[in-house]
Amino acid sequence: MRKFWGFCIIVVALVFVYLPIIVLAVYSFTESKSLIWSGFSIEPYLSLFSSSELINMLVNTAVLALLAAAIATILGTIGAIGIFYNKKILGKFTSAASRIPVINAEIVTAISLAFVFSFVFLRGTYFSLLIGHVVICVPFVVLSVLPKLKQMDSSLYEAALDLGATPTQALFKVVLPEILPGVISGFLLAITLSLDDYMVSAYNKPDGFETISTFVYKALAKPRNAALAELRALSSIIFVVMVIGVLIINFRSGSKYKKSKIKENRR
Amino acid sequence: MTHGCEEKTPKISFRFNRGQLCLPYAVFLALFVIFPLLVIVYYAFTAKDGTISFANFVWFFTDMSMIQVLLQSIAIGAITTVVCLLLGYPVAYVLSRIKSHRRGILLLLFVMPMCINFVLRAMAMKELLDMIGLLGKYNFLNTVIGMVYDFLPFMILPLYSVLIKMDKSLEEAAADLGAGRAKIFGSVIMPLSLSGILSGITMVFLPSMTCYVISDTYGNGKLRIVGKAIDKCFGQNDINSASVIALVLLVIMLLVTLFTGGFSKNDNTRGVEL
Amino acid sequence: MEKNKQDKIIELIDLTRKFEDGLIAVDGVNLYVRKGEFVTFLGPSGCGKTTTLRMIAGFDKPTSGKILLNGQDISALPPNKRPINTVFQRYALFPHLNVYDNIAFGLKLKRVRTAFESKGCKPVYKMKKLSKSEIAEKVGKVLKMVDLEGFEKRSVSTLSGGQQQRVAIARALVNEPEILLLDEPLGALDLKMRKDMQLELKEMHRKLGITFIYVTHDQEEALTMSDTIVVMKDGVIQQIGTPTDIYNEPKNAFVADFIGESNIFSGTYLGDKKVRFIGQAFDCVDEFEKNEKVDVVVRPEDVEITDAESGLVKGKIINSIFKGIHYEMTMKIGKTEIVIQDTVEKEVGETVGIRIKPDNIHIMAKEFSSNKYDGYITKKNTVCFGDGEFECDVCQLYDGSHLDDEGYLITADGEKIDLTDLDVKVEVGLKDIEITDDQEQGGAIGNIVSIIYKGDHYQLIVRTDENEEDFVFDTEDTWNVNDRVGVIIPKNKIKLSLVTEQKK
Repeated sequence: MRKFWGFCIIVVALVFVYLPIIVLAVYSFTESKSLIWSGFSIEPYLSLFSSSELINMLVNTAVLALLAAAIATILGTIGAIGIFYNKKILGKFTSAASRIPVINAEIVTAISLAFVFSFVFLRGTYFSLLIGHVVICVPFVVLSVLPKLKQMDSSLYEAALDLGATPTQALFKVVLPEILPGVISGFLLAITLSLDDYMVSAYNKPDGFETISTFVYKALAKPRNAALAELRALSSIIFVVMVIGVLIINFRSGSKYKKSKIKENRR
Repeated sequence: MTHGCEEKTPKISFRFNRGQLCLPYAVFLALFVIFPLLVIVYYAFTAKDGTISFANFVWFFTDMSMIQVLLQSIAIGAITTVVCLLLGYPVAYVLSRIKSHRRGILLLLFVMPMCINFVLRAMAMKELLDMIGLLGKYNFLNTVIGMVYDFLPFMILPLYSVLIKMDKSLEEAAADLGAGRAKIFGSVIMPLSLSGILSGITMVFLPSMTCYVISDTYGNGKLRIVGKAIDKCFGQNDINSASVIALVLLVIMLLVTLFTGGFSKNDNTRGVEL
Repeated sequence: MEKNKQDKIIELIDLTRKFEDGLIAVDGVNLYVRKGEFVTFLGPSGCGKTTTLRMIAGFDKPTSGKILLNGQDISALPPNKRPINTVFQRYALFPHLNVYDNIAFGLKLKRVRTAFESKGCKPVYKMKKLSKSEIAEKVGKVLKMVDLEGFEKRSVSTLSGGQQQRVAIARALVNEPEILLLDEPLGALDLKMRKDMQLELKEMHRKLGITFIYVTHDQEEALTMSDTIVVMKDGVIQQIGTPTDIYNEPKNAFVADFIGESNIFSGTYLGDKKVRFIGQAFDCVDEFEKNEKVDVVVRPEDVEITDAESGLVKGKIINSIFKGIHYEMTMKIGKTEIVIQDTVEKEVGETVGIRIKPDNIHIMAKEFSSNKYDGYITKKNTVCFGDGEFECDVCQLYDGSHLDDEGYLITADGEKIDLTDLDVKVEVGLKDIEITDDQEQGGAIGNIVSIIYKGDHYQLIVRTDENEEDFVFDTEDTWNVNDRVGVIIPKNKIKLSLVTEQKK
């Protein structure tokens, strides 16, 4: 009985989450500004890939996300190691300051950065946009790496020194491999955060530069002459890629789970 | 502790110590997080000509439309948070109690939509609401639906990560000692998952007060929240008014953070351990 | 004990380590280790043994003092520059590397001075990495030594505890260190495994001939393996000696209590190689001053059971437990208990006699015959010492004096003295201190840091927080270490004396 209710809750919640996306995916196969079925068509997909404006926007968003995530991962990993080993005031300051972009309203982060960049006449440049994205990504890299550092056996670093490694060698040969899963998940998280950002982009991007967020927001504000059908096609593509991703993970974790079960049974 | 001590002795010729590695990040945060916030504070206390002034505050707290926007935002934020909690808690609980490997996949299903750009998702929900004829009629309701749709994963994740770590035998122990379902929830599960609830509140409340992208999309452009007010001032180049509103938001953030456990907590509210 | 200086491989001089929270983990340790020796640091947790080891390894820096390696001060040298390798408590194997790469880790970092021929002139020396084949050969050799051939490609997480232990030892030994440090390496293994590894380590030490410094809290392990044992307590060395020395001739009650099972009694030296304890004079071999109060240690296996009549002392068996090889019996003599180990069991309730051979009676100078403190008199004519304030009789400072109504002291000559802030010597006997759970009731508050059973009573040490003043006393009540208690001293038991002029 309890299981049944649990099942219902999950199903209802999943319907709430996925119904809009699926409806949108269905209507991506018809040419219409609003959700009215006007015959099957793959025109939205064709025009999505032929519109240089849309392609440009997608490439911009992806490149920005990769760059910002890469910078944030390097900065955040080094920062997390520093925070973890610095029990003094600097470590505490960094740790506390690192939490601010996480809990602050994004619009406040965005306009405060815009103010600062306008002092040095860099507002609305690619640099300000990139820095802004790093600001919102890097705390999450730190948050992904820190737990790995905490889980690590503290004598590993000492063991490396003991065997003749310099502190730098110990860091690269022992500490980094140990926290690598955290670094990777931090990098992936940073990419999704950058892709999802609207506020920082809206106030710090160069004129004429669009990310998915700013582009879609504009399209929604002026639906009359916007490429809504193409955007539906875009959502559907992302959705399908996502579903394939889930299936792959499902397959892999399923076999992993079985393996670990077998191992348990052997013991 | 011993590491800390080890690094203190100055005569040691280590080329660097690991604690110093936080320096670049500290500088970055000082330049691009702390300093910009100080600029906000500065602008909030100055007039257009650069003189110190409280006029911005007087304007903010006497302008009826501004007060109305603030109250409306708080209402939307609070209702969204409560709805997310009521929806998210059962989901997180059920997920955390699944025993097979399907748990990871189901969790992933709730997290994955975050990979679709949130504005695109807003578009999807908007069109669905439009299709069933709600759009344009109930701006407030639609906005709350939109906010919940967007922020629900941020509530589920921290709750899930607390509930999954909770020792399952605690519930059995409570039941063994004669506690009923309601009692077990009220006196064992709830108090132990409080930190997750508080993180969830931090992740949902403030964003849903300010994310004007969603209120614009669902509210038919008629529902103004503080985020939009900042945007408007910023658009009119009225940086002092924009700063004063931002400062009010900062104060609210501070209050929420104090209420939910301060800056010391270091939980990754967006990360997922599968 | 003075040996040739060349012989000392490592020497600790006044080594002190004070942590930032004020805790002194190692307090002025002086010690040397000879080349090829197997030395064990033995003591309860928190005695400073691991901190000492970490300073030798280079993970911790001494607050003061020196560490000499072959006569050269290495205290400023980072761990990677020391020819010393460590086997860690939980092995600290690198989880991302397989067995081979774990062991080869140090070798791959190593640079060796290699001679190159240069056009008929002197050979040129360059630092060169070890070649792959050299590394493989060394790893193969050491794997063979620890019996793990064929495990090269295995992931370390798939190994059992004992195997991980062997990899950890191999990883350290492959670097051919001058000293191998082992920090409680067998702590995580089960009993059987531990016994086997003890013998193997001992054998390895014999074969390799390098110096082993071993840290453990297990006295049996220390006795089995070591050439020399260093017993530590509270950051201070209590005794250094061979296992036999330490067992047979413990220097103080702590060592006697910590190493092996022992009966510890309070006794009095009667002179002429006779000592009186448990109500009887015994012949002994040690010499002390006549009538000196002493601690007497008798090992349970050294007590011989006789007929009730032919023994020196008789008592009743009150308890008997079979321990496999022998029976452990407790005998009551008056109020005192003595533990006896014998292969022949006596019935509980039986009255028997005991005899102890003179050389099995070990006598130690009593560590504390009374507590002595520096103190001062307060306005209220109480005395402050040992981080506390106690009621006392100030009149004893001057013979025939008394106090007037205002609290001034009037001497026998009628002189009026204000005692406030007067410095005094305070002495309190071991039997004159009581403790209570009600901390507020005591004149001073502290934690019980040591309990030693002395046959018919316990000797306790209560230490205060602020200045770490110790109150040592005897009690028959049972307390637990770390109990927080208040210290009570009856007014008439506090002996005060003036600080003599000469001392000023």
